[in-house]
Amino acid sequence: MPTFHFTLRDLPPEAEALREEVRDFLREQFRGANPVTRARSWGGFDREFSKRVGARGWIGMTYPKQYGGHERTFLERYVVLEEMLAAGAPVSAHWVADRQSGPTVLRFGTEAQKQKIVPGIVRGELAFAIGMSEPDSGSDLASVRTRATKVDGGYLVNGTKVWTSNAHLSDYLIALFRTQVVPDRKHEGLTQFLVDLRATKGITIRPIIDLAGHHHFNEVNFTDAFIPDDFRLGNEGDGWKQVTTELAFERSGPERYLSSIALVKELVREVSARPDDRGAEAVGRLVASMTTLRQMSLSVAGMLQHGENPNLEAATVKDVGTTFEQSVPELVHALLDLEPTLDTGSQLQQVHGYITQVAPSFSLRGGTREVLRGIIARGLGLR
Amino acid sequence: MSELGSLLADTVSRLFTDLVTKELLESSEKGVWPEKLWRALEEGGLTMPLVAESAGGAGGTWLDAHVVVRASGRHTAPVPLAETIVAGALLSRAGLEVPYGPITLAPVHGDERLTLTRSGAAWRVSGTATRVPWGRAAGHVVTVAEADGAATVALVATGAARITDDRNLALEPRDTLVFENAPVVAAAPAPGVSADAIRLYGAMARAAQMAGALESILEQGVRYATERKQFGRPIGTFQALQHYLAVVAGHVAASGIAAELAFRAADRGDSAFETAAAKIRVGEAAGVSAGLVHQVHGAIGFTYEHSLHFATRRLWSWRAEFGSESAWAMALGRGVAARGADNLWNHLTER
Repeated sequence: MPTFHFTLRDLPPEAEALREEVRDFLREQFRGANPVTRARSWGGFDREFSKRVGARGWIGMTYPKQYGGHERTFLERYVVLEEMLAAGAPVSAHWVADRQSGPTVLRFGTEAQKQKIVPGIVRGELAFAIGMSEPDSGSDLASVRTRATKVDGGYLVNGTKVWTSNAHLSDYLIALFRTQVVPDRKHEGLTQFLVDLRATKGITIRPIIDLAGHHHFNEVNFTDAFIPDDFRLGNEGDGWKQVTTELAFERSGPERYLSSIALVKELVREVSARPDDRGAEAVGRLVASMTTLRQMSLSVAGMLQHGENPNLEAATVKDVGTTFEQSVPELVHALLDLEPTLDTGSQLQQVHGYITQVAPSFSLRGGTREVLRGIIARGLGLR
Repeated sequence: MSELGSLLADTVSRLFTDLVTKELLESSEKGVWPEKLWRALEEGGLTMPLVAESAGGAGGTWLDAHVVVRASGRHTAPVPLAETIVAGALLSRAGLEVPYGPITLAPVHGDERLTLTRSGAAWRVSGTATRVPWGRAAGHVVTVAEADGAATVALVATGAARITDDRNLALEPRDTLVFENAPVVAAAPAPGVSADAIRLYGAMARAAQMAGALESILEQGVRYATERKQFGRPIGTFQALQHYLAVVAGHVAASGIAAELAFRAADRGDSAFETAAAKIRVGEAAGVSAGLVHQVHGAIGFTYEHSLHFATRRLWSWRAEFGSESAWAMALGRGVAARGADNLWNHLTER
């Protein structure tokens, strides 16, 4: 049976020094921000904040210097990320690009694409969306049907992408299109493209409102949208290989257990005011899980630092992490005689209301629980 | 892993694979002490990883010891190896000589006390300790108690106790030891050792043993799912079973790193936080994983003939020994609450 490599990592002194810088920065940025705002960390899209983060050198930290990157370690990047998420910073305007779009362009893009795109990401000026899912292609990603048909000088794209978070606010989309239909070989004939969301004609972006009434998802429709040749990312037909690499970047993030931390903090505040056995036990169990998950995440960051492939371990952290995140609102409900609220009541009630409603997405985004468990089962030799 | 750690890992794995057979486990459950196994462990230098080389030990760290303790759980070795390792470490810390032979730890329960009193130059011990691991098989017992205002480590011969046999679900001895002003072989204050050290290090050891046993049941589950066929195909090709085992793999990964973190903290000083986290997290993993791996095995895994129960019955017992998840969670949670919500994250990142 193949083994999982979770190794304890010590953060180097320079990473701990960096932690203090990030904390000082965040304290200054968010003095007095309320827990309800902080709970929305992932959803917060704030270009000015992202530019300030870029100015501090905290985007593209591991990228090569020739494209504006900082050539720092994955462990330092890990510290910046965990501090941002733990503080509930609005990371959406730079986070997707930092985590997966930038690395994908660096890995598969042409020299011209790297020079055009990557420095803007590093400065926190370019926001990216992810163009993978379609109305009939979710977990079965290789079944995408949006067609990119070769024409003189480029491609004409027709079809629809869905669940495209922040497409309405972003500059670029990295999208997976079908350039060729190969019967019975759906993984072939796929190609990735950089799509300029502002300049491309024939693109219509419509909001998809989530169950809580929020707008972050979109439907992105392409009708004879022209994408020039030099916006093709990688070779025709290499899309599947590239997109699985991109998904590995997405899943290898160290953040897949922190989505509910604002609620954990508010629960601790409540229990601290009136400590009893039940409250203490609930908090103890949550903190035991968080302590463990943090070490698992650090271990994945360590693997990246050592050039190892953490696909299996990252899938494991995300599966265990999202299960934990989703347990938090359930535990709060089981413990307290408290109604979750929208915008009235205590901060605990409001954070509880927000996390309760957003929790189902934790085990959907970035690969469903079922897809992840399939990856783990393959790692165990069962598939 | 350190060089010593790798060496210990190889030695212990080879030794357990050869000696901890189904026959040995079954005879042990009938009450036969596995003397040959114990002698091999002592001769292999595996019982005193934390004792200085000058005193006959391996001169290693808690992280080195972790390798051995985890392997003992993985192979469900029916000997008090974890207890002897902890006892040796505590005796060494107090500057006391470590005797050969199995040594156990007492008291196991948070609400039990053994009292040390001075009697001239010597010490005497009184009190009742229940559920003492391998009490009847051990030559000595190590306890830590507050005496003369300091946490004092004491070595007592089990011959000085009145012993009533008992056992846990896995038929491992868990005996009651009654000391009535009994003689102490040696005692000394130990710098850096807390008065609750027995429960603390006992819990840490059980966490590592459970992490090992969890690895074993995952491996057994995967093997069975690959070999067993129903509806014309291996049952491991059914998605429901794949997902059960994927969940167990997550618990195994979490348990391994949680236990290792506690041992690393023990090398660095105060390990109360990490030990609590490990005992809670691994204990939670134990119940869920044992249930799922039994489900994968179907009825055959529920028989005495099959080997799965050697690990699962231990998991059901070990998670409750040296403090259950709920007991440790209350203690951990009270600490977190006392530090307050705004220090939660700072504290986590300092561990």
